[in-house]
Amino acid sequence: MFENLTSRLQEIFRKLRGKGKLTEKDIEEALREVRQALLEADAHYKVVKELLNNVKTKALQEDVLKSVTPAEQIIRILYYELLNILGGEKVDLNLGDKKPGIILVVGLQGSGKTTTCAKLAYRLSQEQRRVLLVGADTFRPAAGKQLQILGEKIKVPVYIDGSNPFEIIDGALKVAREKFSDVMIVDTTGRLHIDEEMMNELSELNKRYHPSEILLVVDGMTGQDAVNIAEKFNEKLPLTGVILTKMDGDARGGAALSVKAITGKPIKFIGVGEKIEDLEYFYPDRLASRILGM
Amino acid sequence: FKFSRVDTELLDELEMELIQSDLGIELTNEIIGEIKKRKISDMQELRDFLFDFFKSILDGLDYKLRLYDNRLNVVIFIGVNGTGKTSTVGKFAYYLKNLGYFPIIAAADTFRAAAIDQIKRWGERVGVDVVAQKEGADPGAVVFNAIEAAKARNKDVLLVDTAGRMHTKSNLVEELKKIEKIVEKTLGYPPSENLVVIDATLGQNVVRQVEIFHNAVNLTGAVLTKLDGTAKGGVIFNVIKRFNIPVKLVTIGEELDDLKPFDPNEFVESFIPEVKI
Ligand SMILES: Nc1nc2c(ncn2[C@@H]2O[C@H](COP(=O)(O)OP(=O)(O)OP(=O)(O)O)[C@@H](O)[C@H]2O)c(=O)[nH]1
Ligand SMILES: Nc1nc2c(ncn2[C@@H]2O[C@H](COP(=O)(O)OP(=O)(O)OP(=O)(O)O)[C@@H](O)[C@H]2O)c(=O)[nH]1
Ligand SMILES: [K+]
Ligand SMILES: [Mg+2]
Ligand SMILES: [Mg+2]
Repeated sequence: MFENLTSRLQEIFRKLRGKGKLTEKDIEEALREVRQALLEADAHYKVVKELLNNVKTKALQEDVLKSVTPAEQIIRILYYELLNILGGEKVDLNLGDKKPGIILVVGLQGSGKTTTCAKLAYRLSQEQRRVLLVGADTFRPAAGKQLQILGEKIKVPVYIDGSNPFEIIDGALKVAREKFSDVMIVDTTGRLHIDEEMMNELSELNKRYHPSEILLVVDGMTGQDAVNIAEKFNEKLPLTGVILTKMDGDARGGAALSVKAITGKPIKFIGVGEKIEDLEYFYPDRLASRILGM
Repeated sequence: FKFSRVDTELLDELEMELIQSDLGIELTNEIIGEIKKRKISDMQELRDFLFDFFKSILDGLDYKLRLYDNRLNVVIFIGVNGTGKTSTVGKFAYYLKNLGYFPIIAAADTFRAAAIDQIKRWGERVGVDVVAQKEGADPGAVVFNAIEAAKARNKDVLLVDTAGRMHTKSNLVEELKKIEKIVEKTLGYPPSENLVVIDATLGQNVVRQVEIFHNAVNLTGAVLTKLDGTAKGGVIFNVIKRFNIPVKLVTIGEELDDLKPFDPNEFVESFIPEVKI
């Protein structure tokens, strides 16, 4: 994860440190290279622009050029700006105070929603919560079956009866009450952020069921479009967080930077594999240090 | 795009547009650099330059599907997780059927939960046989079986749906080689097409994916999926430039008929910012 970006930044910093005393031009040159590295890592154009503007302003304010270790100071400023973008502390799930709490999982086609629902269910059931998985995707061929197989594997009950999401969730609520479930995790049909009708369906779901969590699942390998996607979902729905999947490849982390910056919503988990236990908490500070190789 | 002449402001805007289309910073820099070097000043000149630039990357490749007469053609679909392989197989089977071919499908994703059910549903939907074994079966064995079935049933194209796999997992990449070898050993000739399925929403990471898959099996083409979204799939120019792999098909939705051949001119047009004067 992010090795590519990290090694490029390391190279830029090494050059900068090697220079000792810095001129304004040195700093500009270094920041230009940082920009290239971030864009190559799929960070969004606007996010990068703002990040670097902030770094420049801070560098001026702090009189970096007069410092004894100007390179270190620049890197430190960059670290805090990155952290600022990624969010501070790790943020946990909010299961609400009513039972069952509802976690609604949404996102584009193929982003990893169904898999992530099962991973969340597994994590919560490990924490001794009673979970009901709800398959409200009636569109994708065998979507319900996929969730059932996953549920069986982790011994979590799965409810999929009904011909539309409302019918399914209504039915699931009954079952959840009978079973005294703590939380329902609802898997939804993948949809494009520009599909008006399908997006309206989500806002209806939100109005009717008041989920305590609405999690947007984003493929960690997404390019510049991550911003469009997150923006549109966030406009339509009060998202409570984001889950980035497929971070086990060599995704360069651009989507991570962009999504948080644009929506202001915390990244709560990252998916790091196809197996049920491959879901990790997201620690912004660790990531920022890792990106900068600190 | 509201400019009447090429100036710094326009170039900044153009740079932003190009980067946002996932062209990558290198290619974007090359384009902007070239515009400056050639001192392009007028809007029509800019438009022509952009068209020629993109077109020249695509030129010289054969975008037609390679299917041979009088023998069983194997087409393998390869890609990272969730790009659209299974649905492309379904749509492509439908497309081939309409052209008069006799396709059959191998359910060689035996790994993902309900992958077999998913492709079977597609088979039913388009009226094409699906050869499958149980979850967890060896994908190579499934392909071997499917070849036998295809021959016995006089089919002419076998579509192989493989499991999504990260290019970074070498054991899974090895498995692709095994599938390719089984085809070659059983039929005496390689697959007609090894198609890498690329999700247009993905970014620069795609270049690495293609590089690694191409090293493992000889990719003959690409499928660009999800073009009905807002992503333009600009990374494909980087892929073509580096590996000379033509795009053969694009998909533009989730319905049966949302698959069509790749049209280079149309694709290039979608990368030229509209100019409103
Ligand atoms: N390598 C890897 N694969 C993942 C991860 N999360 C999900 N996947 C895979 O991504 C593919 C798509 O996952 P799904 O859970 O079916 O995605 P979805 O969003 O439910 O898809 P639709 O319902 O069709 O919209 C599957 O092959 C999953 O195994 C991850 O963190 N790492
Ligand atoms: N909007 C849109 N969705 C698509 C397109 N192609 C595929 N999808 C959707 O993307 C999701 C994933 O498609 P699949 O065919 O299951 O992808 P896959 O590559 O087989 O996934 P794995 O086998 O899990 O790796 C499904 O919800 C499809 O309906 C397309 O062109 N446009
Ligand atoms: K598009
Ligand atoms: Mg799903
Ligand atoms: Mg599949």
